[in-house]
Amino acid sequence: MKRLIRKHLSSYFFITPALLVIFCLIGYPFLLSIYLSLCEAMVGQPLRFAGFENFRYLLRSDIFLQTLKNSLVYTFSAVVLKVVFGLGLALLLNSGIRFQKFFRGAILLPWVIPDTLSTLGWVWMFDPLYSVINWVLTHLGLVQKGIPWLSNPYWAMASIVLVNVWRGLPFFAITFFAGLVSVPRELYQAAKVDGAGRFRIFFYITLPLLKPLLLIVILFSTISTISDFNIVYILTKGGPMNMTHVLSTLAFRVGLAGGNLGQGAAVSLFLFPVMAVVVYFQLRVIQGRQP
Amino acid sequence: MIRPRSLIRLNRIFHIYLPLIAYTLFALFPIYYMFITSIKKDSELYQLKANPLLVTLQGLTLEHYRLLFRETLFPHWIVNSIVVCTTSTGISIVISILAAYALTRLRFRGARLFGYLVFVTYLVPYSLLFLPLSAVVAWLRLSDTLWSLIVTYPTILVPFATWLLMGYFRTIPEEIEQSAMIDGCNRLQSLIRVVLPVALPGVVCATLFAFSLTWNDLLYSMVFISPAEMKTLPVGISTELIRGDVYYWGALMGGAILGSLPVVLFYVFFMDYYVAGMTAGAVK
Repeated sequence: MKRLIRKHLSSYFFITPALLVIFCLIGYPFLLSIYLSLCEAMVGQPLRFAGFENFRYLLRSDIFLQTLKNSLVYTFSAVVLKVVFGLGLALLLNSGIRFQKFFRGAILLPWVIPDTLSTLGWVWMFDPLYSVINWVLTHLGLVQKGIPWLSNPYWAMASIVLVNVWRGLPFFAITFFAGLVSVPRELYQAAKVDGAGRFRIFFYITLPLLKPLLLIVILFSTISTISDFNIVYILTKGGPMNMTHVLSTLAFRVGLAGGNLGQGAAVSLFLFPVMAVVVYFQLRVIQGRQP
Repeated sequence: MIRPRSLIRLNRIFHIYLPLIAYTLFALFPIYYMFITSIKKDSELYQLKANPLLVTLQGLTLEHYRLLFRETLFPHWIVNSIVVCTTSTGISIVISILAAYALTRLRFRGARLFGYLVFVTYLVPYSLLFLPLSAVVAWLRLSDTLWSLIVTYPTILVPFATWLLMGYFRTIPEEIEQSAMIDGCNRLQSLIRVVLPVALPGVVCATLFAFSLTWNDLLYSMVFISPAEMKTLPVGISTELIRGDVYYWGALMGGAILGSLPVVLFYVFFMDYYVAGMTAGAVK
């Protein structure tokens, strides 16, 4: 009995530090953010309980509704592009090319470099006057006048999606590539013997085998894209005219620049349902694999 | 007349190498462009007629780097970033090794629940909690100190590193530990002497990822720290090198290149670990 207690004690010794971090620095702040979202909480003023006032206000505010829409557009288009091009790239990498290691290494770089720093390079490349992209496009004769990358609301949305895809694509490509490598060769040979063409092989063999991996990567990327702050903040700060605000940048503006902690917390909390859905499906995928 | 053999090769060049090279150019161009911007003279940077793709007319300059080191707080920002990132990464990895070991090796009440807890917190988006965390930081009287980041970064790192390390620990057979235990090692000794050396690739990988995650943080350090000399590198260069409408592009790009260097060097040295870790979370 004594030994049993000692055995348990040593287990708790191992997990206590992690538990402290999880409860004090994740759990407690999470509860605090729910509490704040239910309060009128301005910086420097006492808290006042206000029920769902913050949420009611947000759901009637044009900026917030626009932000929700932006978040969905940003996340959906970036994830779809990353999946499609990531698959394409993985197939290219897996087609017995030379210099495979070189290509793999080079392709990964945008993902390795901190996006807080590389996005600054994109701001410079999107510069209204000295944009190198516009210089190339006009010199190739593709456009007459430079594209207003960050100053036009629609182009600004396209720009943040572009940079997000540039940044995140390597992760998709390399992960899918790892998945492709693990597909048994015999399956392809058998399909070829049976006379299946390239498209049939892709849709009937490769894709079904990659499905669990695809699902995990999509879920994972959805949560990190919808909660992205760096790229949007550095490129547009949510502008022009709030047309590229996403949840995190709006929460930052309302809660920090505006000093309205309660409302800022309420904005952030809209990330929670997304997170809950992702957790649910991830757990299902994981449990499905180890019955 | 083209023979079929070379036709196939031509086909491969068009369908495989050409798109691959095009994409590689797209991936690398911004990095190249940032670099050449940092070594061009201002007179060439801000000239509409000059070809921006090359360094042409007036030769190279280190002026932007001089400005960075002499006239800005750049050296402070680097030191701050190094201090904050290494400390918080170190602390988090130790905590995570212990937790991951307990979760994969020890049987105790609540282990399953704890495992779920780690996984759920791993998926908490990092921008969800910055506002309440800023209240916690203020309450601990850590605002405007580097401690504010050392204390809060583990909230991102611990769940993530624990999850990653669990995957590695699971692959180590229990038998090698049993012999150590028979020789009289306790759990902690056995972890340090037997498990860790075998799991070293995993630990290196978790450390690498943890370090780059913190190195890349903008939000927390912007929220918790405001004096210019206390800023971390990404916040420093993106706030102090833009004054009103004036962007110091040469210095900005120089700072971004220098700031990326440590992470890129790690990557070059440990590329295989890196790729293994990237795919581990998803494939395992």
